[in-house]
Amino acid sequence: MSANGRTRYRGALATGQAPDPEPAMCFDRATLAYGDRVVWSELSMTVPQGEFLAVLGPNGSGKTSLLRALLGLAPLASGSLDVLGRPPQRGNPDIGYVPQHAGFDRDVPLRGRDLVALGIDGHRWGFGRLSRADRDRVEAALEDVAAGSYADAPIGRLSGGEQQRLRIAQALVGNPKLLLCDEPLASLDMRYQQEITELIGGWSRDKGGTVVFVTHDVNPVLGFADRVVFVVNGRWAAGRTDEVLTSETMSGLYDAPVEVLRVKGRIVVVGEGSGAGFDIDEPHHFPEPAGAHQ
Amino acid sequence: MIDTLAHMLGYSFAQNALVAGILVAVVAGLVSRFVVARNMSFAVHALAEVGFTGSTGFILIGLSPVLGLLSGSMLTALFIGTLGLRVRERDAVVGVVMAFGLGLGVLFITLYARYATAVAILFGAITTVSRGDLVLLVAVAVVTLVGLGVMYRPLTFATVDPIVAEARGVPVRLISILFLLILAAAVAEAVQVVGVLLILTLLITPGATAERLTAQPGLATVASVSIALLATVGGILLALVTTVPVSFYVTTIAFVCYLAARFGGPAMERLRGLRAE
Repeated sequence: MSANGRTRYRGALATGQAPDPEPAMCFDRATLAYGDRVVWSELSMTVPQGEFLAVLGPNGSGKTSLLRALLGLAPLASGSLDVLGRPPQRGNPDIGYVPQHAGFDRDVPLRGRDLVALGIDGHRWGFGRLSRADRDRVEAALEDVAAGSYADAPIGRLSGGEQQRLRIAQALVGNPKLLLCDEPLASLDMRYQQEITELIGGWSRDKGGTVVFVTHDVNPVLGFADRVVFVVNGRWAAGRTDEVLTSETMSGLYDAPVEVLRVKGRIVVVGEGSGAGFDIDEPHHFPEPAGAHQ
Repeated sequence: MIDTLAHMLGYSFAQNALVAGILVAVVAGLVSRFVVARNMSFAVHALAEVGFTGSTGFILIGLSPVLGLLSGSMLTALFIGTLGLRVRERDAVVGVVMAFGLGLGVLFITLYARYATAVAILFGAITTVSRGDLVLLVAVAVVTLVGLGVMYRPLTFATVDPIVAEARGVPVRLISILFLLILAAAVAEAVQVVGVLLILTLLITPGATAERLTAQPGLATVASVSIALLATVGGILLALVTTVPVSFYVTTIAFVCYLAARFGGPAMERLRGLRAE
């Protein structure tokens, strides 16, 4: 018997019973704006639990704002949004969050296990000490990301990939249903990018958790993404990867001719004019929209 | 020398100084950890210097200088807190407020024309703490410690990992303002021991030294408080048996601790590494 509701839910799926109908998130004609500037408008999209959603688009197109909306940090200008069946709520314990790798200062007095522990009780007031059970949870989370061997080292001395593993442990230690990742691969080399993607994708696959993965390069997550949403210039397109990442859809989004090429299992989006060719290894695959450089 | 010390400790001014010193050290040691981690040395300086203005202003109108100091630094904290929360903005706002505040201070000293008082505030005069001031210091210390205790975990989270803390629902903005107020109180306390100009010795050095000694956050906090206590109590005791002011000893002890950690720390690491092999 499992104390974990999600495990039971997966059991129900396996035996063919009706799955939990409550979607992980449901945007309904949702518009987000900062003052007069509309980030994206009339976004409608439903993501069932257990799926891996890649959020794509050029820099400044509102990918991070989408996460902030889900976290309850950016209220919508209009429309509605439900997260796990409820309106967004700050500090929702069912949501884990993995930020961009920014790198800790070399001397910050913090070990990996302290970072993970903050994921359990960092938001609570008071001094407090972790209970035995909570310390076991920290230990288990560290093991899940294979970070046990460096959990006691000063975090600022670890490599980018090691720090990101610890951040994933921190996000997952609270046993969330929804994991939001904001460019978790940025400034990591290829090997680490793959490891981190596999950790996150593997969690979704094994535990039935939902992932929202913001990335400017779709290629590392092609193997995991069930669905993508592409945002640019306030417009958006959502659907299965092969529906959205087509020359036709992308040209419509950019309102300019755009080619989507599939080369050796990778996807490259190339804009025409302004010499906007995008090299495969260049992380910024997506052409900047016309008028983005004002 | 021990005899002299025992004799001096019989006086109430010496006892007051020690009690005040211990309180100040505990507050400063705790706060110092966060000052270092949040890169707030400049803000500390501004809080202290505008505190100086508050102090001289209060003396001018015949009120307690300690209360004036507290008012000056609190007001500055509120100003910085509301006008400059982003790091880049913060430095500019701090500079602007500090410059004007000190300007007022110049006016107040000129009007009052008792430079000895000014020197006491600038360089510290813990041995002149009266019973009344002591009560005020104790009250402020208690409020500061309770405040720090209540927000210790979210403050730690918001300090080392602000983006994730915000995502997890920590009110990062509110915590920033609350910490500035706590810092203002800590500054007002520490000025009593080392004065406005030497404030960083109690609000930066202990935390900076502790960071060099351990990567364990809890231990670092204990180390920071211990260093602040050692410097303050050691400084007061040494000053009682010599003619050199407390501030000199406090800054020297704190500096020696820092040097020892800075150069002794890596050496210890190497030794440990050798043993492990």
